[in-house]
Amino acid sequence: MTTAAPDTSTERGVAVHLQDLTRTYGATRALDGLDLSIEPGELVALLGPSGCGKTTALRILAGLDVATSGQVLVGGRDLTRVPANKRDMGMVFQAYSLFPHLTVADNVAFGLRLRRTSTSARRARALEMLELVGLGQHASRYAAELSGGQQQRVALARALAIEPSVLLLDEPLSALDAKVRVQLRDEIRRIQLEVGTTTLFVTHDQEEALAVADRVGVMNAGRLEQIAPPVDLYERPATPFVAEFVGLHNKVAATVSGGTATVLGASVPVIDGSITSGAGVAMVRPESVSVSASPTGTASVVSVGFLGPISRVHVQTEAGDALMAQLPSALAVGLAPQDRVDVSIAGTPVLVVAG
Amino acid sequence: MSSTHASGGRRLAAAAPALGLVPFLLFIGIFLVVPTVTVVATSFQGADGGLTLDNIRALGSEAALTTLWHSIILAGSTAIIGGALGALLAWLVVSAGPTSRLRRVTLAVSGVLAQFGGVPLAFAFIATLGFSGVLTEALRSWPGVDIWGGGWLFGLKGLIVVYCYFQIPLMVLVFVPALDGLRVQWREAAVNLGASRWQYWRHVAVPLLTPAFLGSVLLLFANAFAAYATAAVLVSQGNPITPLLIRSALTSEVLLGQANLGFALALEMIVVVAVVMTLYALLLRRTSRWMR
Repeated sequence: MTTAAPDTSTERGVAVHLQDLTRTYGATRALDGLDLSIEPGELVALLGPSGCGKTTALRILAGLDVATSGQVLVGGRDLTRVPANKRDMGMVFQAYSLFPHLTVADNVAFGLRLRRTSTSARRARALEMLELVGLGQHASRYAAELSGGQQQRVALARALAIEPSVLLLDEPLSALDAKVRVQLRDEIRRIQLEVGTTTLFVTHDQEEALAVADRVGVMNAGRLEQIAPPVDLYERPATPFVAEFVGLHNKVAATVSGGTATVLGASVPVIDGSITSGAGVAMVRPESVSVSASPTGTASVVSVGFLGPISRVHVQTEAGDALMAQLPSALAVGLAPQDRVDVSIAGTPVLVVAG
Repeated sequence: MSSTHASGGRRLAAAAPALGLVPFLLFIGIFLVVPTVTVVATSFQGADGGLTLDNIRALGSEAALTTLWHSIILAGSTAIIGGALGALLAWLVVSAGPTSRLRRVTLAVSGVLAQFGGVPLAFAFIATLGFSGVLTEALRSWPGVDIWGGGWLFGLKGLIVVYCYFQIPLMVLVFVPALDGLRVQWREAAVNLGASRWQYWRHVAVPLLTPAFLGSVLLLFANAFAAYATAAVLVSQGNPITPLLIRSALTSEVLLGQANLGFALALEMIVVVAVVMTLYALLLRRTSRWMR
């Protein structure tokens, strides 16, 4: 399922269309008829497990890989057979892509040097880009003298220096530690909004994708399962795969009738894509499950995991369902394994699939 | 008492890694430091054991200078030819892929040929390109070409050809790791930024490989400059290169009593190699900031 985007270019970016892209490696089908449209100036994140084809899609868009069939359209131009060095795209790789023999400034100016920009102009542009990523004072250093996070900032500045029509980010944060990852993630989004370049961001980290993207596309087995704004994707997953991949889920027996599901004794609305009637399995998010201590409760606590501001409580119902509840840690204080608890679920819509 | 034992044990434990170096340091002392000191000291001694500069002055004679020049020509030309052809072959090997048969076979053969010198190598060339060599005879009978050419094989030109036989595979062995170190991301980043294949090589690959290439060429230079056995077998008349002149000084009956000149010539070779090593150190200093 894809969302169509208008085929127009604006001052702040160009439209990108990947049409029916297929890529096979021998018997392996890395991409299986992928359709993806990105609006001008939009940041789309491709999310999925390893081997789902997200990096292949990005590399085909960059021209670093060739599609077995299908089309790549950028700003209305067919780039399918255009070589990578003529595509005018900026790319940030996972790591280690800075040229070690060049200073930070020379790295950033590299693309401009190839375009025969004058020395003074490319120096000025390089410094401007380094200021943008907060590394203006490191212009004369070498890559080996920078931290991993700083190197990725320089790589971002280098990609943006050539004013690319499309910015491609290939898991740029995966080699960084957690704190730097969050900082740089937010910075990438700030800069992308500032320069307005159409951006494709590939990641396997759902939190990263949900945090930075205008829309998130979830890929599975070479196809796009669903593409939607982060909130929609989270709250209304179109398929069980999306529901399971984006966020944690409890699978609970449910009965559907008249657009409503009965789950753990509560009536909740069902979302599009659910079965229309009969017995099935509801995908219930941990934050929709509440537990409260009660000597006469119908479930017992199996374990409590403290995660700082939140805690995850695993319970077992008398009916045999294993559930996970996610609640503010203040509400989980005092809960211990073997405690009796009452379990309830919130009235948020759920996806119910055939059991 | 027990604390004394404990601190003694700690000291022993701290010294243990250094103790492991003792055999190595002994080896270096006996086979590098002592001979070098002997060479330096004896270079300034006359036949009577007295201090003299005659041996050093003799290094300025026309014969010694010509021989040194030949040695430098031989080492320099085979380092450049071996470096260029070896680098090209290494690139072909690396391009074929990390698990290719070409790579496995070439590296295995290079490992053997890089060490194939001395009598067997000289004999192989004499048997092939000598006056009655297999190839010489074959080309003489058809198409009637004489590659014997007055015995060039047994002079400086011949040494250049024969030395390349082990210089090229040595270059392959030392240069393949440098080519393997070129990351795919660098090429893809360059291409993504607009570089053609030529521009990638010019602006990225060649500058990155230059320190390793020059380092390898200097290694080849030192390797050829100090080589002796192949030349000793191949050249029976005259002393076209310094190692052969040292042999003459030490063993010739004509030059009897000039053994100490041999030590002075050895000192000259040490100086040349020291100059080469200094050049290499300067090169490394220039690139040390980014080669971490």
